Amino acid sequence: MKLITAILKPFKLEDVKNALQAHGVTGMTVSEASGFGRQKGHTEVYRGAEYTVDLVPKVRLEVLADDADAAAVVDVIVNAASTGSIGDGKVWTTPVDQVVRVRTGERGPDAI
Amino acid sequence: MTDIVLNSGDTAWMLASTALVLLMTPGLAFFYGGMVRTKSVLNMMMMSFVTIGIVSILWVIYGFELAFGYKGESAWYGNLSFSGLGGMVNDFTNNGGIYPIPVLVFAAFQLMFAIITPALISGAIADRTKFTAWAVFVATWTTIVYFPVAHWVFAFGNKVGDTVTGTGYLAGKGLEDFAGGTAVHINAGAAGLALAIILGKRVGWRKEAMRPHSLPLVLLGSGLLWFGWFGFNAGSALAANGIAGLAFLNTQVATAGALIGWLLVEKIRNGHPTSLGAASGAVAGLVAITPACAFVAPWAAVVIGLFAGIFCALAVGLKYKFGFDDSLDVVGVHLVGGIWGSLAIGLFGTHVVNSIGLDGLFYGGGTALLGKQALGVGMVALYSFLVTLVLGFIIEKTIGFRLPKDAEVEGVDLSEHAETAYEMSSSSRGGSF
Repeated sequence: MKLITAILKPFKLEDVKNALQAHGVTGMTVSEASGFGRQKGHTEVYRGAEYTVDLVPKVRLEVLADDADAAAVVDVIVNAASTGSIGDGKVWTTPVDQVVRVRTGERGPDAI
Repeated sequence: MTDIVLNSGDTAWMLASTALVLLMTPGLAFFYGGMVRTKSVLNMMMMSFVTIGIVSILWVIYGFELAFGYKGESAWYGNLSFSGLGGMVNDFTNNGGIYPIPVLVFAAFQLMFAIITPALISGAIADRTKFTAWAVFVATWTTIVYFPVAHWVFAFGNKVGDTVTGTGYLAGKGLEDFAGGTAVHINAGAAGLALAIILGKRVGWRKEAMRPHSLPLVLLGSGLLWFGWFGFNAGSALAANGIAGLAFLNTQVATAGALIGWLLVEKIRNGHPTSLGAASGAVAGLVAITPACAFVAPWAAVVIGLFAGIFCALAVGLKYKFGFDDSLDVVGVHLVGGIWGSLAIGLFGTHVVNSIGLDGLFYGGGTALLGKQALGVGMVALYSFLVTLVLGFIIEKTIGFRLPKDAEVEGVDLSEHAETAYEMSSSSRGGSF
């Protein structure tokens, strides 16, 4: 099993979510995040004093997937999230040892 | 003299004005509160609110008598009396002449000025002030600085027959300050500078970003200030008459001018006109027109406002040059705006709009009026700055004025009030009774 983590532009969340649902993904976790990559931040001015704000608002989306499906899910996210401009984010996968569905106690791929 | 009849129109307007001026202090609390970080917004607002409590009580016990007590003879202070205002309930207002409004209405109106002046100072020492020390400062400062200075500027003496006694020093010298450019704004600005020096810079000043946490609160506050300021300026006519109308209109158009002036500076210098700039420009205009509102023509009010916005927008950068942490720009807005407005009367003043006003430089009056204005500006600024410097130093060395570093970093809301302003998440805090 794999955990797929995606950092997205906040306004692309709806597109990515719809694409994942169309692909058959049944659950995900979304949280607000902030950070920077090559995009860096921006400048804000308050009463003439300039501040560099380098943490940009992002959305972090996490999806669990079966090993066989993981690569396809990553492609779905990348296709839906891409605008072609800087700051589109990143997607990565990490191996997962165990998954348990709390309500039923199911384990492994059945719990995804 | 004996058959004065109460004027209900004047009295009604003064009652309304009084409530308007009170509203400025909660408005100031929002204006300042929005400009600090989330960890100190409550303390910032509390510094204004506790001032309402402290000064109102002092005012009844001895404050009004000390500032305006018309049985006094001195040019420097009013009447030394702990009367509790019980003995004058049936009197009319006598301030260089009889006004047909009850003296207690005048006392209530002037109280609101005594409240907002020390509250204005709090912006200079945001995020780092021990709350009890602030309370002690407010009580002491109003007693030894505001009450006497209000007497110098606003007390026109007790007129009985043709003799006037106890006129304040600057009022007697012919200073034209209609609603408090010197007594309120220069006074608070100079005191703010002194306290910013005594308390020192905040931890992380000029290293970490100290961005305003809520600009909508700042705009709300500036709107309330603007609204309340009509009572502050037009109410200072002590009557519902043409002078009040002039002051009212001038207040509006000068503020508009300053708002535009500040935004122009930002657009040219930084590329973006900001909401904080609009709010700050409005307040700078209100400050500058305060002394001048009943002495200049409306077109001149626009010019005074426009330049107030420009001067103050440029002046707020000075603290970085000189290295003092006047956190919310009490100096850049109130001291600079107050000085400009007070001196501008010496340029734009004209007897055409107000028969008691003198002609300024641009109206062929020469520099005589400008000289009187400069005397008032200098005396109030110097007295306020020096006395505040000594008072602040004594408080710092005895009970301590500044918070310990760890409390400041953790946040003054938590350390001084055991509260936090915002519930950011419904699940993250835990806790139980």
